[in-house]
Amino acid sequence: MGMFDPLKGFGVTFGTMFKKVVTEEYPEAGAPAAPRYHGRHQLNRHPDGLEKCVGCELCAWACPADAIFVEGGNNTEDARYSPGERYGADYQINYLRCIGCGLCIEACPTRSLTMINFYELADDNREDLIYTKEQLLAPLLPGMEQPPHPMRLGETEQDYYVNGPELAVAAPDVQARSEAK
Amino acid sequence: MGLEEKLPNGILLASVEKLVNWTRKSSLWPATFGLACCAIEMMTTGGPRYDLARFGMEVFRASPRQADLMIVAGRVTNKMAPVLRQIYDQMPEPRWVLAMGVCASSGGMFNNYAVVQGVDHVVPVDMYLPGCPPRPEMLMDAILKIHQKIMDEPLGPARAKQLLESGHRTELLPSSIKYAKK
Repeated sequence: MGMFDPLKGFGVTFGTMFKKVVTEEYPEAGAPAAPRYHGRHQLNRHPDGLEKCVGCELCAWACPADAIFVEGGNNTEDARYSPGERYGADYQINYLRCIGCGLCIEACPTRSLTMINFYELADDNREDLIYTKEQLLAPLLPGMEQPPHPMRLGETEQDYYVNGPELAVAAPDVQARSEAK
Repeated sequence: MGLEEKLPNGILLASVEKLVNWTRKSSLWPATFGLACCAIEMMTTGGPRYDLARFGMEVFRASPRQADLMIVAGRVTNKMAPVLRQIYDQMPEPRWVLAMGVCASSGGMFNNYAVVQGVDHVVPVDMYLPGCPPRPEMLMDAILKIHQKIMDEPLGPARAKQLLESGHRTELLPSSIKYAKK
């Protein structure tokens, strides 16, 4: 204990005034997140707008918190929502149960379910935090068409899955077709 | 209260209401109710990197009588529920409750006999914050949404009735959009 110790302490305080501020400017400078941050879910679409979800419920089975509810439905010739036989007729995620572990993403066989970076979910009632299929579905990009509509990118669902990358490139073609209608 | 119940609603007291709400939201002192891992994120939010002091709430009161906002951070067990209620009852009016994390909001992944399935079984909750645990930005977002709600709070029963009849509901925008730099 020297007599200059108190001064040394103030010296640290004084020196800190000239250091770079470490505070994150959260609400003003946007909501930052790592590129692969586990935020809210999204149900993806094929390049022509058909849903990727086939209603298999593997995500619901994988969920450790029982946050996901899926009900599959049959595609018919009149009303087709996804390539193949089945689609997710009802899809709900309860964000008051979801722990963001990502096991549902790993379980999804068609890569329909992924997560996006959005995380500002807080709300003042429990009902609004159960997200329904409409809220979870990815927005329609240019070239996509709101289901139900017939398969535009192939004869069977095999074409959708085997030729996926080429179809993604050929997507503007679909747009031209839907405009022509 | 007194005067504002006798007077007709309108120009005079509308500004008073705004002023009162502004003072309430600008210095909202949280009571600590850290129960689990969410409390670690809550402490981080109070630290220099996220700095809750920017919103006038740097003091986490361990004494409920000096607190306005109870942040229930973590899973509440049935054994803890009466304690939670007592802390809430000891807080002076007006008071708000933030259920931080999925466990406090709904029981989360602990769907069993020991854990209360959401603190709204015990106390009225003003804001549910999902996430396991929510990152500090999410907590700040929830707090800023509570601020938005406080700004819309009615002053006195006459005004409360008026607001109820108009069906007014506070619009809760994501904070990074609402407070974005213009």
